This record gives sequence, structure tokens and C-alpha cells, in this order.
Amino acid sequence: MQPSRLAVLGAGHVGPVIARLAIKAGYPVAIATSGDPESLALITELMIPGAQPRWARDAVAEADIVVLALPLHRLGEIDPGLLNGKLVADAMNYWPAAEGVIEAFSRGGSSEIVARRLAGSTVVKALNHIGYHELEDRARPAGAPDRRAAAVAGDDHAAVATIARLVDGIGYDPVRLESLRAGRAIEPGGPVFGAVLPLDEFERAVRVGARSLA
Amino acid sequence: MTYTFGLDTFGDRNADADGKPLSHAQTIRNVAEEGVFAEQAGVDFFGIGEHHTEYFPMPAGDVVLAAIAARTERIRLGSAVTVLSSDDPVRVYQRYATLNAISGGRAEVILGRGSSIESFPLFGYDLADYEELFEEKATLFAELVKGGPVTWTGKTRAPLIGQDVVPHTESGPFPVWIGVGGNPQSVIRAARLGFSLALAIIGGPPARFAAYSQLFQRALEKFGHPPLPVMVHSPGHVAATDEQAKAEFWPRWRDIITLVAPERGFAIPTEESFDAETGPDGALYVGSPETVAQKIATNLRVLGASRFDLKYGMPGLTHEQLMTNIELYGGQVIPRVRDLLS
Repeated sequence: MQPSRLAVLGAGHVGPVIARLAIKAGYPVAIATSGDPESLALITELMIPGAQPRWARDAVAEADIVVLALPLHRLGEIDPGLLNGKLVADAMNYWPAAEGVIEAFSRGGSSEIVARRLAGSTVVKALNHIGYHELEDRARPAGAPDRRAAAVAGDDHAAVATIARLVDGIGYDPVRLESLRAGRAIEPGGPVFGAVLPLDEFERAVRVGARSLA
Repeated sequence: MTYTFGLDTFGDRNADADGKPLSHAQTIRNVAEEGVFAEQAGVDFFGIGEHHTEYFPMPAGDVVLAAIAARTERIRLGSAVTVLSSDDPVRVYQRYATLNAISGGRAEVILGRGSSIESFPLFGYDLADYEELFEEKATLFAELVKGGPVTWTGKTRAPLIGQDVVPHTESGPFPVWIGVGGNPQSVIRAARLGFSLALAIIGGPPARFAAYSQLFQRALEKFGHPPLPVMVHSPGHVAATDEQAKAEFWPRWRDIITLVAPERGFAIPTEESFDAETGPDGALYVGSPETVAQKIATNLRVLGASRFDLKYGMPGLTHEQLMTNIELYGGQVIPRVRDLLS
């Protein structure tokens, strides 16, 4: 089986880190911003070797998995039709304390709202709760004694399984949460946001967080 | 390569020897004393970062820098950083051009945001507009520092048409840096505008920033600019021994990071994470003069940087501890780094 092709949308703090980790894990990766791929040429050459800078439209068209790594308030600039039928990993956060209030995201889980906006896509929440520096520093191969956990939340089990393989591949023990709603436990302000925990501690913390949301 | 060494402060609120916080006013007076003492100790640059909090009561650092300028002759003085997005670029230019006049050409500006955001609600800006605000205002600032009449239009302030902005500088543009925390597109922007690059490294292995430094030089070439310097800005604390420096700094670091972690997404520090950050592969420069000097020399080499700014102090440290830090940094760390790099 060919490895899934990734399109990473966003080349700020988070996008290049996810792209590098995915390339290391053997995934073909295209990366795109809202603009011309030419403006990404130097960044990809020096910081994400192996990634293809593309127009967003082209990167998405050829991808099996689309990773959203753009600021949440810019989601509206993406045509939802572009993502129809795609498996979307939402690595964005609604984080009012750090990035300001966005009225449309002020109630409910952010990935649930993203999923409603991208109604033609299958949305999974992942790779949002570990800081972008740490995401790279703390990645470890399967079986490493100091490997940490990362959550994958979604309503579609096959989609969650695919993204769990990605998370495992880039260096974290995947913890599957049974719904996008359950993914609220890994959002800013929740018990595991910003923490980088081993599997057992992570599962315990997320369960406590989920209870407080119930 | 010519190396320069600075000290940066956020106006970290001092405590007395019993741990009782000093007043904001006394902390500000102490910062002025520290700036004057930095020159006597042999430091090349003294920077004050804009903050608006109870524990960093330092919203008008340029006023303090002017006080330091009046009492010094050689040390360069600047912001570290100016939160340009929530300020008016014309006013920022005017304040630092005035500082440049008062100090006889010793002003610098570092533009950025740090990870602090409290100025946005304070001045009525929406954080969601951060990117557009910074892009437009940095572009205007690049025009302003060139001198001469400025023509500019944008969405974030009133247009300028052939506007002469005073005071004029005596000897051309003062140095301007852009502080970058980890966004490669910010590196490209600094190069496009012809500003120098300040890498703010506050966690994790500094070596990972080497790629940003290369990206900056390649981007400067692409935009037709000459090579420009790269600065490393990192927190730390120097005392007589490693043990003393860590014992003084750790509780203060733990408390402040724990306080700001929720809004900045930092992990809560543990003694284990602190040991890693103060070790050879971490971002904190905490230790004896020899330990700190070795680490600075190594990282300047690895990162292709010619300037190091130690962000000294932390809320809750005493003025006396900070004066000792400054004395050791200027008197021992800087000469030792120069030796190691020569």
C-alpha cells in the first residue's frame, strides 16, 4: 500500500514541524499557504527538505490527508468545497487567552465547529495539544521508554485509525477519543493542553478532563 | 566577526531580601540603576522589553532608556521588544529617534511581540488582526527609519503623503531588528524589510534555530540586501557558582512560568525540565560565569550569530542579585566568550 499523501496547510509555527515529522515518518508531504508556492521555496528547501511547496488547491487535490495548521481565524479563507471528500486532521486551536476571542468559536469544541463548516470532509482532531517546539523534540520511535502520548479524536473510526497511524508514525503513542466532542478534553485550558505526558498519565488526565466536561 | 553582548530586562518586579515585592516605582528606578551599571560593567547594549503586567510593570521603557542615556556615554540602548502591532509606528520611530538624539546615536529597536499579548485589549486591538497589523506597521517602520518624506497607505492607520517625520537622525538609520520565536515566515519578512534578525530562544535546544539563521541569510540574498547580523536572546541568571545561580533562579522561573503557562501554552516547569533547560542543550543560561560563557560561545557559533542578549532577572529576584548578575556578566562572562571565540 502506498503511504498516505499529506497536504499541510499553513507554514507558520506548526505546519513546518508537522511536515518535517511526517516526512521523517515516510509520508509524501506537500505544504501550502494562502499564497504563491514560490514564497515558500526557501523555507521548504532549508527547513522542510523533501516537502513540495504547492498552491493550496493543488496540494489538497492530490492529498489523502489534509492537515490544518493555519490560525483558526483564517479558516474562513479556505473554500470548504476544496476539501470535499477529504480526511482532515485539525491541528488548530481556539485559544482566546493567547490569540483573542472569535465569536463563532466561543461555544462548543473548536473541531466540532470546524467539522460543521467543512461538512463535506471527515474531520479528526489531532496534533493540537503539544507545543510546536516540543512536538519535534519529544517525538520518539515506538517502544522508546520515554515515548509520550498524543490524542486523536473523531466520530469516524476509520478516519481516527488513519490519523492514529500518522501520530504513531511521527513519534507518539496515539490515544483514541471516541468523538470530536470528546476532543474538547485536549483543548486549551484542558488537562493535557501543553503537557507532554506518557501514555498512562495522559489517559488518566484525559479521563478526568472528560468527566469535567460531561 | 565582531561580537556584541547585551542585557535585556522586562522590568521584572524586584523583591526585597525577605521576598516582599518592591513597588513598581522602585523597580523602575532599579532598572535605571542596572542600565547605568551595565555600562560600567562592560556590557555593550541594554534593552528594555515592553510589558503591561503587575509583575512586569514596564510599558514605557523608552522613558527609562532616556534616563540611562543621560547618565552613560558608550552603552547602546534599545527596546527588547517593542510591541509594534499595538503601537503607532510613527510614534515608535519618534520616541526612538529622540532617544537616538539624547544618547548621541546609541538607539536600537527590536520589533516583535514576544509571547505577550496584554497590550492588545489595553489599546483596543483585536489579536485576530495581529498578522496584518504587524506586516503593515513593520513595512511602514522600514520606510520611517530610512529618513526623508514618507508616503504610505494601509488599513491600520491614517495614510501619510510626503510626510516629513521628525526628529531627523544625524547619521542615518538606527539599527532595527525583528524578534522571531519560531515562525519561518517572520524570518523571511525580516529579510525582506532589511531588518536584522533576533532569535528569541526560551525553550528547548538552541541548535534547532540554526536553520532560521541560514534561512535569514539566504533570504537577504534573494531580496538583494547585504548580510545582516543575527542575535540570540535568551533568559538566564549568573551567580558565583552553578548551584547558587540555579537556587536563586529556579523558584522565580517556576512561579512566573506557572503563572503565564495557561495563556502562552507553556508546560509547567519541573525540576527535571529546569535541569534540562539549564544543561548544555537547553535554552536557559543559568550558572557560574564559566558555565554561561561556554554555553554562549557554543551557541553563537552553532547559530552563526554575532550578538547575544541575556534576558536577566525574573520577578521576585532582588536588585542586589541582579547587580551581581550584571557585574559577573560584564566582568567575566563577556571577556571569556570573546576569548573562546577568538
